[in-house]
Amino acid sequence: MFILIVGAGRVGSAVGKWALGEGHDVSVLDEDPQSLERLETDLEGTWEDAGGQFTVGTALEMEALEEAGIARADVFIASTNGDNTNLVVAQIAQRRFEIEKVIVRVLDPRRSEWYGQQGLHTVCPTAVAIEQLEQAVVAA
Amino acid sequence: MYVIIAGAGKVGWNLGRELIGKGHEVTLLENNLRRYGTVEEELEHQVHYGDATELWVLERAGIKRAELVIAVTGDDEDNILICQVAKEKYLVERIVARVNNPRNLQHFKLLGIQPAVSATDLILRLIEHEVPQYGLVHLLDLADDRLEIIEMQVADDAAVAGRTVDEVALPDGSLIISILRDGDGFVPKPDSVIEAGDEVLVVLDPGLEDGITAQFAPQRAPAGG
Repeated sequence: MFILIVGAGRVGSAVGKWALGEGHDVSVLDEDPQSLERLETDLEGTWEDAGGQFTVGTALEMEALEEAGIARADVFIASTNGDNTNLVVAQIAQRRFEIEKVIVRVLDPRRSEWYGQQGLHTVCPTAVAIEQLEQAVVAA
Repeated sequence: MYVIIAGAGKVGWNLGRELIGKGHEVTLLENNLRRYGTVEEELEHQVHYGDATELWVLERAGIKRAELVIAVTGDDEDNILICQVAKEKYLVERIVARVNNPRNLQHFKLLGIQPAVSATDLILRLIEHEVPQYGLVHLLDLADDRLEIIEMQVADDAAVAGRTVDEVALPDGSLIISILRDGDGFVPKPDSVIEAGDEVLVVLDPGLEDGITAQFAPQRAPAGG
């Protein structure tokens, strides 16, 4: 599969490295050129030597999205550090490029739930943290 | 009318003041604490502190009874999402969004956020309006109503110069609505004569432009614009 990840922070870069290791084609877009270093930690050579693609640009820039290969993506992951950017770019991926699998990280639990009902595949780390904390309290 | 304005920057604050002056009930939402403090000195309870992309902030402002939501923050993603939840989650009847970067206008359209107002575009249109050699100016695209209004200057040897409105054969689906001459404008009657140098406003169905502009352009040279 060809997987496009927008936002290579801790989450995006870890998922990118995992996907590459699984044998997928992976392209990563981030506005910070230094994010490439995060992708290359624990790698023997460079990210590109390992088969990855890296593009510098912001999420809403069509040229950057196209350069990163959005038109042929099978899976799109929006994992920048901003909920609002993630929600907008995910909807662009879904509606303009008709990517079937669009996954979007949303920290705000209420909007994660609502956009989930609207047909986006949302992942809410905050909700996961709340659940795990509650379970830890019960188990204590 | 109850209006919620997201963003109390220059645009939001002035807009809020104008709407309050016209007798509307207005709540402004501002995310920057310092800016909020400044605006609050004048507008008091009519400005709330908070992030308008958060649902509870919108709910606290009473979005469920809002008749109009205007998103004029400096961030296009925020403006898109504020309008999207206003329209689709809270069923607010009317929304207006500000486009900060004209290149993002396509994203507003894709997600159904309209009208989306771009100051850059408005200024560009004003410039076009002030530069007569453009020949043809799009004043307004009434996209939802499938109508446009255009303005044309009548060339000296144009087909329509010296003829009455009645004699000018414009295609069905178009109408001359106003003539501007020597700084004055009037709504023409069938026997009003169109003179060279007049500026004529025409409302039309999209796509009819070419057939109309040809009649106002110089006979020998192609129409400008």
